[in-house]
Amino acid sequence: MTEHVTESTIEYKDVWIFVEQESGQINPVAFELLGEGRRLADDLGQKLAAVILGEAIDKLAGDIFARGADKVIIVDDPVLKDYRTYPYCAALVELSEKYHPQVLLMGATILGRDLASAVATEMRTGLTADCTELGIDPETKLLTQTRPAFGGNVMATILCKQVRPQMSTVRPRVFKLPPADCDRAGELINETMALSEDEVPTKVLEFTAHTSHSNVEIETADVIVAGGRGLGGEEGFELLKKLADALGGEVAASRPPVEMGWVTSDRQIGQTGKTVRPKLYVAVGISGAVQHAVGMQGSDIIVAINKDPEAPIFKLATYGIVGNLFEVVPALIEALAGVVRTSGDLSCETVENDG
Amino acid sequence: MAKTGRRADGFDVIVVGAGPAGTAAAYTLAKAGIKVALIERGVYPGAKNVMGGVMYSQPVGAIIPNFWDEAPLERHIIEQQYMMLSADSAISGKHRSTQYAVQPHNRYTVLRAKFDAWFAGQADAAGAYLLTNTVVTDPIIDNGRVIGVSTDRPDGDLYANVLIVADGVNSIIAEKLGLRGVIDTVNMALAVKEIISLPRGKIEDRFNLEGDEGATIDIYGEVARGMEATGFIYTNKDSLSVGLGVILKDLVKSGLTPYELLDEMKNHPTVKPLLAGGEPREYLAHMIPEGGYRAMPKLYSDGVLIAGDAAMMVNGFHREGSNLAMTSGKLAAETAIEAIAHQEFSARAMSAYETKLNNSFVLKDLRKYKNLPGFISSRPQFFNVYPQIINDAATEFLTVDSVSKKQKQWKIWRQIVRGRRPVRKLLRDIYEGWRAFG
Amino acid sequence: MNIVVCVKQVPDTTQVRIHAETNTLIREGIPSIVNPYDVHAVEAAVAVKESVGGHVTAITMGPPQAREALKETISLGADDAVLISDRAFAGSDTLATGYILSEAIRKLHGESPIDLIICGKQSIDGDTAQVGPGIAQRLGFTQLTYVIKIREIDVPARRIVVERQLERGHQVVEGQLPALLTVVKEMNEVRYAPLPNLIKAAKYEPRLFDLESLGLDRSLIGLKGSPTTVRRIFAPAPRAGGEIIADGSKTAAEAAALLIEKLQAEKLL
Repeated sequence: MTEHVTESTIEYKDVWIFVEQESGQINPVAFELLGEGRRLADDLGQKLAAVILGEAIDKLAGDIFARGADKVIIVDDPVLKDYRTYPYCAALVELSEKYHPQVLLMGATILGRDLASAVATEMRTGLTADCTELGIDPETKLLTQTRPAFGGNVMATILCKQVRPQMSTVRPRVFKLPPADCDRAGELINETMALSEDEVPTKVLEFTAHTSHSNVEIETADVIVAGGRGLGGEEGFELLKKLADALGGEVAASRPPVEMGWVTSDRQIGQTGKTVRPKLYVAVGISGAVQHAVGMQGSDIIVAINKDPEAPIFKLATYGIVGNLFEVVPALIEALAGVVRTSGDLSCETVENDG
Repeated sequence: MAKTGRRADGFDVIVVGAGPAGTAAAYTLAKAGIKVALIERGVYPGAKNVMGGVMYSQPVGAIIPNFWDEAPLERHIIEQQYMMLSADSAISGKHRSTQYAVQPHNRYTVLRAKFDAWFAGQADAAGAYLLTNTVVTDPIIDNGRVIGVSTDRPDGDLYANVLIVADGVNSIIAEKLGLRGVIDTVNMALAVKEIISLPRGKIEDRFNLEGDEGATIDIYGEVARGMEATGFIYTNKDSLSVGLGVILKDLVKSGLTPYELLDEMKNHPTVKPLLAGGEPREYLAHMIPEGGYRAMPKLYSDGVLIAGDAAMMVNGFHREGSNLAMTSGKLAAETAIEAIAHQEFSARAMSAYETKLNNSFVLKDLRKYKNLPGFISSRPQFFNVYPQIINDAATEFLTVDSVSKKQKQWKIWRQIVRGRRPVRKLLRDIYEGWRAFG
Repeated sequence: MNIVVCVKQVPDTTQVRIHAETNTLIREGIPSIVNPYDVHAVEAAVAVKESVGGHVTAITMGPPQAREALKETISLGADDAVLISDRAFAGSDTLATGYILSEAIRKLHGESPIDLIICGKQSIDGDTAQVGPGIAQRLGFTQLTYVIKIREIDVPARRIVVERQLERGHQVVEGQLPALLTVVKEMNEVRYAPLPNLIKAAKYEPRLFDLESLGLDRSLIGLKGSPTTVRRIFAPAPRAGGEIIADGSKTAAEAAALLIEKLQAEKLL
């Protein structure tokens, strides 16, 4: 690969979104990025384009236009069937060198981080990971990229002044899902790849899906329901699991339940456990002592349920409920059963048309 | 190698514990070119160490000249205050001297986590092998002589000709060597401490200090519901070290937790305003040896020396411990250096350590006060009666009302004598107290 | 097998704060540690060496005090270590850091060919996970990230098979050597090192690579070589005060209903 150089004679334009897909399913983070990308493109007075790589993916273009893309660039090739760093990086870099985007955004998923780092290095450009905020500076027209650092204790705003494209990754559910306009259309570009299978140094051999309880990584959960001493025992945690399932989240705990053996230590949150920053943290029967608080105070929304109105957790909580958890939690589970969720089918294709 | 008789994979000396005693020993040894291992169970030296906070510069300076240029020190002390509390009042006296303002300063407040890490770093730079996060579990004994230690690490045995035991107040190694029995709870205190953040400016205003000057307050009397206890408030750069220590026997009997007692002391009407606006940022606890000379273990045996808190070297009345520890560590090192030079590690050779200690202020002071701990422990009135009497007397004396002064005097005297303490008992306490001071 | 492990010395991030007035990092008195993920990377490298034989070299880019991090790698079982340090490296972002590290590895490769590079998945101060892949791309090593297990190494066949920890499950991937792995914590339990390793580490002096010995292009390092710049840093907005939406006077059902209303307003449901 030749040394990529950002030339001042080239006009770099448009905001690009890399649309991550797996087995024909678009990862919702791509739609969230399209929503944000639309805003950035409008601020720049330029177009919003999406790049999607894979095999047998042409039918996905409609959903991408529906979320705001002006252009969709598709590379459909058997080499791209499963994600692998080498072919995806090569394809994306080639397209970027051909079309010269100003901005390239990707989801900060495992795939996205693997790909973005490789692409940014190949293109010798700047990459800002896990951005929580993006914007266009009104004077310089540069992309302002804001992200947490030092475990979230500090926020930094980063610029990539000279090299192009300006690259950022964004975690899922940081930006809101834009509404889908299924009548929207745009420019579809089919590109081809010269890469052959022999050139690719990796092969995917197999994939095994997680069962619900194995390999808990509560650090990446968006919703966490944590229990403390107040739960009284393992049965209390079974109740909590039901609440977690109803909210689409993971069960966690402060230290006492782990010490008593009601829950495994990989679920412990706090000074001697894990640190989490989910969108929603529900603290049930947890007093909120500082040793626990340090592990979860970075959560976006904290809900506390505790029978002691003086419990320190209420100082941290966005919403607090003083009450008996063994009454409140079942009531919540019941009430949640009747709630209609906003997530669901994201596709424009109707059930009849789905092949 | 034949000269030192050291095993190829071994050391000349092993020091257990990288606190003030152990590090002083290791530093002295390393500077003399001796191959020494300094083994510390904490993740870094200082991680497990706590003291009220006053470091005396003389013994440190004797080991590392001009240490104040580089060592992480908080404030140099120019004012010492003694406070005697009763339930609702306090009497205090302060001492200040311009002499303390001149370098080298006599006393500094320190935070052990920072200081010990720096001090051990000096020993490391001097050539000592600092091995952290490692617990020495047992001595290795051959024919009655200590020849090494076992640790909790795989392949964890280490050999040396001399072992310096400096693993603190609960020394497992001293116990396993049979040099120390189970310590009576009357000879130990449990101390708890809070580090309370307070902006520099506030500290300097409140305690009348400038720049890096510091003040220390030692609190006596009814500090902990009349139990045998003392408290303290020391100024650091941007925090206060506040704590108290209670004799373990009393504490256990009372069924109270030390933190409850610390909270009560902090809420005393005279203490509370000194801490106003502060944010507690750290809680620490540690045991302190309190038995003095009479509670000390044997200080040496074949191939082994005991230094610092492991040897119960604390002069509680004078609030001295770290200086005794460092000096004993230095003297232990000097003993080891001589022993290595003569290739003689028997108890006889090790006894030179006790001789050196006897010739230094360490044992001289501890012997002087040998009866004091026992005296105080047997006289709870110093904590639960006299402070109240004295404070009440002072309150009565200072209250200006329509009572005539002569009447006041009688009132005070009657209160003391009839109410709480017959004259002869009072006189005896005074006499015996004077004697206990040696 | 010739293995290189990349480690980074980082501040213990749970303690880093921003000074409210000057907006600068308060790093004083904060202990430095070896990036936790990198510790697992060293353990992984030593395990590979124990299984197929070979040599493990730990490298780090940092100020002189980073040699403490290298000492820890020696106590964990690395055979030797290299400190990559020069004042000119200061201010390097992930791209420039990747350049410097890959040139250092290239130099080691010239001395003895390297088969495997192992890195931690990300550092706890930068959290970007970019440097590992950056090195892989520059050196042309097969990039395998989020590795939780090495299933097979066939050195003569130049083949490695790993298990990767993805969001929804585990993926088994075969790759050609030479390869670069980034590993997750769940890969292994870090061993309690044997005492002889600690003693070796206590006095270990790493090799030093600086700007000159690596022959680096000055325009590609430090601030000059960093396409990204920090425009500003600031403390995150403090938590807004909360509200008690139900005290003891409401029934459980009422409290539940109120909470769901709030969560819907926050678009969490």
